[in-house]
Amino acid sequence: MATQARRLPLPTLAGRLPEYVTPAFAFLLVALLVLWLGVNLFKEPAEFYRLFLIGLTNGAIYGLVALGYSLVYGILELINFAHGDVFMLGGMLVATMVSSFGLAGDSGAFLWAMILLMLVIVMAFCAVINTTIELVAYRRLRHAPRLAPLITAIGMSFILQNIGLVWKGARPTSVDSILPKGEVFSIGGVAYTWDKLIVLLFTVPVLVVLILLVQKTRQGKAMRATAQDRDASAMMGINVNRTISFTFFIAGALAGAAGLLYALYITNIRYDEGFRLGLIAFTAAVVGGIGNLPGAVLGGLVIAMIESFNNGLSWATPGSDWTQSIIFALLIIILVFRPEGLLGEQTPEGG
Amino acid sequence: MNLPLRDPERRREFDAELRRRAIRGGITAAIGIVLVIIFSGFTVSVFVTAAVVLALYAVPWDMLRYGRFVVPTAAIVLAVLYPYYRENLFEIPLFGPFPSTDTAVTMTIFIMMAIGLNIVVGYAGLLDLGYVAFYAVGAYTAAWFATPHFSEYGTHHFGAVGVNPESPGFHLSIWIVIALAGILTAFIGVIIGLPTLRLRGDYLAIVTLGFGEIMPQIARNGDDLFGTGFNLTNGAQGINPIDPPGFGKTISGWTGLPSDYLTFNADFLGKELGNVEVFYWTALVLLLFTVFCSVRLRDSRLGRAWIAIREDETAAAAMGVPLMRTKTWAYAAGAFFGGIAGAYYASFKGAVFPDDFFFNISVFILCMVILGGMGNIWGVIVGGGFLAYLNQEGLGNIGAEINDTFGTNIDVPLYQFGIFWTILVLVMLFKPEGLIPSARRKAEFEEGVADEPLYDVQR
Repeated sequence: MATQARRLPLPTLAGRLPEYVTPAFAFLLVALLVLWLGVNLFKEPAEFYRLFLIGLTNGAIYGLVALGYSLVYGILELINFAHGDVFMLGGMLVATMVSSFGLAGDSGAFLWAMILLMLVIVMAFCAVINTTIELVAYRRLRHAPRLAPLITAIGMSFILQNIGLVWKGARPTSVDSILPKGEVFSIGGVAYTWDKLIVLLFTVPVLVVLILLVQKTRQGKAMRATAQDRDASAMMGINVNRTISFTFFIAGALAGAAGLLYALYITNIRYDEGFRLGLIAFTAAVVGGIGNLPGAVLGGLVIAMIESFNNGLSWATPGSDWTQSIIFALLIIILVFRPEGLLGEQTPEGG
Repeated sequence: MNLPLRDPERRREFDAELRRRAIRGGITAAIGIVLVIIFSGFTVSVFVTAAVVLALYAVPWDMLRYGRFVVPTAAIVLAVLYPYYRENLFEIPLFGPFPSTDTAVTMTIFIMMAIGLNIVVGYAGLLDLGYVAFYAVGAYTAAWFATPHFSEYGTHHFGAVGVNPESPGFHLSIWIVIALAGILTAFIGVIIGLPTLRLRGDYLAIVTLGFGEIMPQIARNGDDLFGTGFNLTNGAQGINPIDPPGFGKTISGWTGLPSDYLTFNADFLGKELGNVEVFYWTALVLLLFTVFCSVRLRDSRLGRAWIAIREDETAAAAMGVPLMRTKTWAYAAGAFFGGIAGAYYASFKGAVFPDDFFFNISVFILCMVILGGMGNIWGVIVGGGFLAYLNQEGLGNIGAEINDTFGTNIDVPLYQFGIFWTILVLVMLFKPEGLIPSARRKAEFEEGVADEPLYDVQR
């Protein structure tokens, strides 16, 4: 984001309105949301807890995918549309591995070792795909008009989707259920099962490691510098190409981890799932403030909660027919009224 | 031919250019003829086709007085006569026979949409990933005002043909409906545009994508809008039958134009004409109107403002181009043609279904614009026609050909979007200005433009 300094301030729609309108609108929206959730909680507490737990788990997965969008956007200012499809290919690889390793019915230490092994394999797999895409498709277009890389990204997304279609066919591929489904604890008569907890147990360390990587290591410093000003960081002796490749590598690895969790937790995956989930995750990244790592996870949680509550609650709820519309309406509202996202202006890469 | 070339200097230029093009065109034509004869047997038509194409290509018509009208006129004449000579044409190797007239109607309509999108993407440089929303609004306008859909709101007839006058609901003449669709869609374009156009390139793309995703969902769930019981779109069943186009008995009696397309049948210049031919010619007229408007708009003050914004927003603003108003006009104009095409397509198919309006279609139309060359109408026409043909017939033919030859069993049309986008990514990587770019656009891609937006999302 090299040239922010010389851009003029935004003549916002809100700029023409009195200053208090946007906050008042936001406050009203949040108040209505709280009212809606409150009434539903009061009416059917058990259902509410159940949906909350589903939302929390999905939110972790969305957050992982959203982090990939955020990282890449932060460094290249490119919406990597293909990211969701990299995630989908990772899920498909997991489906293949689970059936060919014959993991169904296994348990204990062997199962955990295998899951960890699969995690490593799928992360490497997706990281390599993502880096290859950058190398083959995006690198040539780095100095082309903005439209060109964006269109190429959409193209790569469709190409990967079709690779998935060739690989597994048009029907959903089911993954053998191997995660334990026992109860960890229960709130309000709703059980929190192990498979949900495992998703969180995988996500949190990945996040912590990522944030440490970006904020504490030399490579992370290089990433932040490249994001701020590519030319200047090249002059400072940073290998810009390698840094960008590394960013794509990390983003791909995150997509792979998300693919593993998704495949094991949802237990089926389809070739166009990646695109749908990618759009949702991108929305999450925008809602949280694109380029902002904790923001991406927060956005993922918000979106997943909205989705889950809207699909399941009963009082004054539009229902699952409208979930997609609500998510995109939220995206449009955020982009129009608060383009810097919920977590506000922080430097890219969360530093 | 001698007349405008009295000047020996120009004469020499003309001859050199003629020789250059004749050699290049002749070699290409010879290769083409040999290929066709090898793969589909000897026909006379291939020589005639080669002669016509060569005559149009090899002579540098632009250098002659009035010469610049020759190629467009020839293209129009060839297009109009297409149903007459189609059956005598040869089979193209790999692609199979030339597209049927029915496919040609669809191709023409999709070219119209591509030209509409070209105004937004090609002229003004605003990436719109939700163009299908305008197509949907146009199609549903036809579905509201030319069907029995709103039957509970009384019976309103005005110039509709081919329907029982007692039939309830709104039945307007399809020509009125098409105009109405254009205006309504342009209005929607402005509504969508106003709050969003101040966003920069990729954020704008995302917002339009959001609208493009919301629209089909409204169409699919609109049979009971927000639980009010108001049936706007009849949900997943879609709305049908949509009244056929036609001019009615009175006008038909005066002018001889068909009174009702669906029942039309006539013998004209030795050919049995059915409704498909009439649909095709009407589509051609609409396409010509679109092309004409598009060319005139491009050369107008507004069009030059669009191109200025595309090349350098900051400089354009400094020169006094009102950014918001100009961009909004681009949106409205693009939407207008999308709406017209959508309404006519709905009337051609006789039905609308919400599944016709997904993201895939938006990017499919975008593919047409980019493949041919953003900003250049002739490029967009070629790109649009080719992709629409592949989508309708071509991929099926190619698939059958491949499966026959290699004894495989691949469902090629299933992978259509993978194939289209592979082509497109290759174009982007190796010829990012498109196959037939306008000279100006090509220069922008080669020399680069000041692409930094004036307004950023940062406050």
